[in-house]
Amino acid sequence: MPFIPHTQDDVAAMLAAIGASSIDDLFEEIPAALRTKSLAGIPEALSEMEVGRLMQSRARQDGRPLNFIGAGAYEHHIPAAVWAIVTRGEFYSAYTPYQAEASQGTLQLLYEYQTMMASLTGMQVSNASLYDGASALAEACLMAVRAHRKSKSARILVPATLNPTYLQVSRAITEGQNLAFDVLPYEPKLGTTQQSGLTAYTGQDITAVVIQQPNFFGQLEDVDAITDWAHANNALVIAVVNPLSLAIYKPPGEWGAKGVDIVVGDGQPLGVPLSSGGPYFGFMTTRMEYVRQMPGRIIGRTVDLDGKQGFTLTLQAREQHIRRSKATSNICTNQGLLVTAATIHMSLLGAVGLEQVAASCQHQTRKLVEALTKVRGVTLAFNGPRFHEAVLQLDRKVDDVLEQLAARGIVGGFDLSRRYPELGNALLVCATEMRSDEDIERYATTLAEVMK
Amino acid sequence: MQSRALIFDHSRTGRSASAQHPHDVKADVPSHLQRKRRPALPEVSELQAVRHYTRLSQLNFSIDTHFYPLGSCTMKYNPRASNQFAMLPEFLGRHPLGPASVGQGFLACMYELQEMLKEVTGMKGVSLTPMAGAQGEFAGVAMIRAYHRARGDLARTEIIVPDAAHGTNPATATMCGCTVVEIPSLPDGDIDLEALKQAVGPKTAGIMLTNPSTLGVFERRIQEVARIVHEAGGLLYYDGANLNAILGKVRPGDMGFDVIHMNLHKTFSTPHGGGGPGSGAVGVNQRLLPFMPIPVVGRDGDRYRWLDERDLPQTIGRLSAFMGNAGVLLRAYVYMRMLGRAGMQRVAEFSALNANYLLARLKQAGFDAAYPGRRASHEFIITLKRQARDLNVTAMDFAKRLLDYGFHAPTTYFPLLVPECLLIEPTETEAKEDLDAFVEAMIAIQREAEQDAPKVKGAPYTLPVRRLDDVRAAKQLDLTYQSAAERGPS
Repeated sequence: MPFIPHTQDDVAAMLAAIGASSIDDLFEEIPAALRTKSLAGIPEALSEMEVGRLMQSRARQDGRPLNFIGAGAYEHHIPAAVWAIVTRGEFYSAYTPYQAEASQGTLQLLYEYQTMMASLTGMQVSNASLYDGASALAEACLMAVRAHRKSKSARILVPATLNPTYLQVSRAITEGQNLAFDVLPYEPKLGTTQQSGLTAYTGQDITAVVIQQPNFFGQLEDVDAITDWAHANNALVIAVVNPLSLAIYKPPGEWGAKGVDIVVGDGQPLGVPLSSGGPYFGFMTTRMEYVRQMPGRIIGRTVDLDGKQGFTLTLQAREQHIRRSKATSNICTNQGLLVTAATIHMSLLGAVGLEQVAASCQHQTRKLVEALTKVRGVTLAFNGPRFHEAVLQLDRKVDDVLEQLAARGIVGGFDLSRRYPELGNALLVCATEMRSDEDIERYATTLAEVMK
Repeated sequence: MQSRALIFDHSRTGRSASAQHPHDVKADVPSHLQRKRRPALPEVSELQAVRHYTRLSQLNFSIDTHFYPLGSCTMKYNPRASNQFAMLPEFLGRHPLGPASVGQGFLACMYELQEMLKEVTGMKGVSLTPMAGAQGEFAGVAMIRAYHRARGDLARTEIIVPDAAHGTNPATATMCGCTVVEIPSLPDGDIDLEALKQAVGPKTAGIMLTNPSTLGVFERRIQEVARIVHEAGGLLYYDGANLNAILGKVRPGDMGFDVIHMNLHKTFSTPHGGGGPGSGAVGVNQRLLPFMPIPVVGRDGDRYRWLDERDLPQTIGRLSAFMGNAGVLLRAYVYMRMLGRAGMQRVAEFSALNANYLLARLKQAGFDAAYPGRRASHEFIITLKRQARDLNVTAMDFAKRLLDYGFHAPTTYFPLLVPECLLIEPTETEAKEDLDAFVEAMIAIQREAEQDAPKVKGAPYTLPVRRLDDVRAAKQLDLTYQSAAERGPS
């Protein structure tokens, strides 16, 4: 019996202690008419070896194509030590640290994580994670509505250059709470938010303005100007950032004159593999004054009975298990194991290492753009500074090109034509530090063949 | 303050794990967008980081190291195979937005997982995208709302929740814009049907139920509950927190539930990871099929593909940037394939056997069951009301002392309506001798409580820290480390 340790003698002794004649007796309180007759749709058990064979064959079927997609999930080198430690049973198979004395490892790590994220984003406090970047933005919008008591509109301005899925998710999650999302247009030549789109709202009651940096197109927004405009108009500012990019770019806590109010994003670039979309983790940092409006778990340092340092879950009066229907969020389980990965990853890379990774991504992307725009029928959509993604325009349908590339072992980018029809046949490409010059050369050569 | 080193204490300016750095190139950043001061990340060697985090890990209790009978959390063995096969390089390297043509192997696993979950729950459709139980609850209540709205039934905004429910249930209802109506439980642990009849009406959107309930007993009149709610025009939501208790024995769909979420990190044994990741897949019956969260895996002939808003125009939408916690789903898939049909039924059988055995032994040892006349499900509640009154030793004191005996504490003070409670869930993967050792520890602590109560109240003594000052933690907030330089002159 897989994973069940009972011998026949155990079962007999245990039933005798219970005073039941069979295991079936233990289910006597379930009405007989409801009892499951069979589970015909469930296959028979496989041994570990057989499952291994099956999974290996499924994995082989997917292969390992050369990847040039980013669009919110990025392929980076992860030090071997990261997942070797993350998958230690003591981290992997522990629960949420409710019993603080028996969870000091997880709790101290989370405190270190909070410190790193606060510093990386230039903010004062961090929570211990949310599900992913998209749902973290939804939570940030709800938090802004709670935190900004003077604003009655619950109106959030979001740039069209925000990852479109993040907006979809924010809409879905806040749907029952009457938030209004207004989309700000972008400069067609630059791919960054139009200042005039913003000034159209001057004088209106706006709860918060969202800024994504670098934006979904990979371009860099004028974050100082947008932050200052928002604060001048009594709106809070929510930054959506790639945490890796903050190794080289100004942290949101320093945007504009006062810095932003809430920072969120996806922590995936910090030691989490692409793994088909998850599990990743969402992060959130903010000003100390808003800490009681934050969703999710927060770890604090305190002392024990002997005055010795220890770590514990704190400010739990915000959370669902205490506050129930009045909690700041319904979140309970978060993404602790991925935060474990990120904390070890950041420790191993350090500020200098992250800076070099970020610089290397930018460098390789510049080479990628140079190589691909030499292919006939390929042009660059936007001017201006960018990080590690770029929008290209093709002279033919993007999905056909992508299918042909895939058949040649290249995942060539993210097709923007459905989300941004005004851009025509637009393709979002990305090169991280993982893409060598040879990889880039191979993509350019293959694209030239496909677009002949 | 005597203290264990933080990673920052190992940091020295100029030190690095340079094998992890790519070749040095300069970033090209316009000066107004540049970072001027480096973030305060530690500067440590690779060995220092590895040793620090390995040592931290050793401060934890975990399933792999300790019996962990945390009620409502289903802390059973997480097979290593699930981890290994989910971390095959092809799965780890796959970009979520890659074309379906290079993801057929992965999608086949997801499609089959959907099918297996439908079969064990008796539902008609499954969406794997919710990233934890609470997000599954959100999806469920949002679908109930969408269903009523699509019928023009706009007044249905009340969600009924029993008083014993998890805190996530009322929090979710609020998040979905609903109001919460709480109904009481009877002394035997079942729902008060008279109160339910009073509570339902034209404003009822639905009811959220866990069955077996958080009181550790099966709601015997579930068919009657379903009839009352359905006749009033409401829908039934099944909180899958306790699905382990009934896997293969009775299906939520057959009990009359319209929508459910499953905690794959409980019932299907994916790791809890010190607080996550989870996975809160949702299942629906026929009438809620159009509202499922996207994406869902569909099959055209022998090809798999993602279904999105073009296939499900009435969907409640997307809940994650991609498709949920894919790696968790792969682990659940591997686990289910290793259990197979018969193994799935054994989950409920042996978790019930272990729970009822542990309950019988503890009762025999003189402990008070909260619901003595009832069968335990996969978990049960002991109340230490008597010990608290007579000996001034509380459930928390017992819990902390258990840590010294090498057992993770059961869930304490939940559900809130049972005073001084321990909610104990042994799970099916524990051997009889470990259950026996737990009983012996409880008996020993009871004896200590009678002879030397301060000893129990001062526990734990053998862990990295003793009881922590939670009041200080909340009043003197210390949420991030600051170096002496950052703190400035004191």
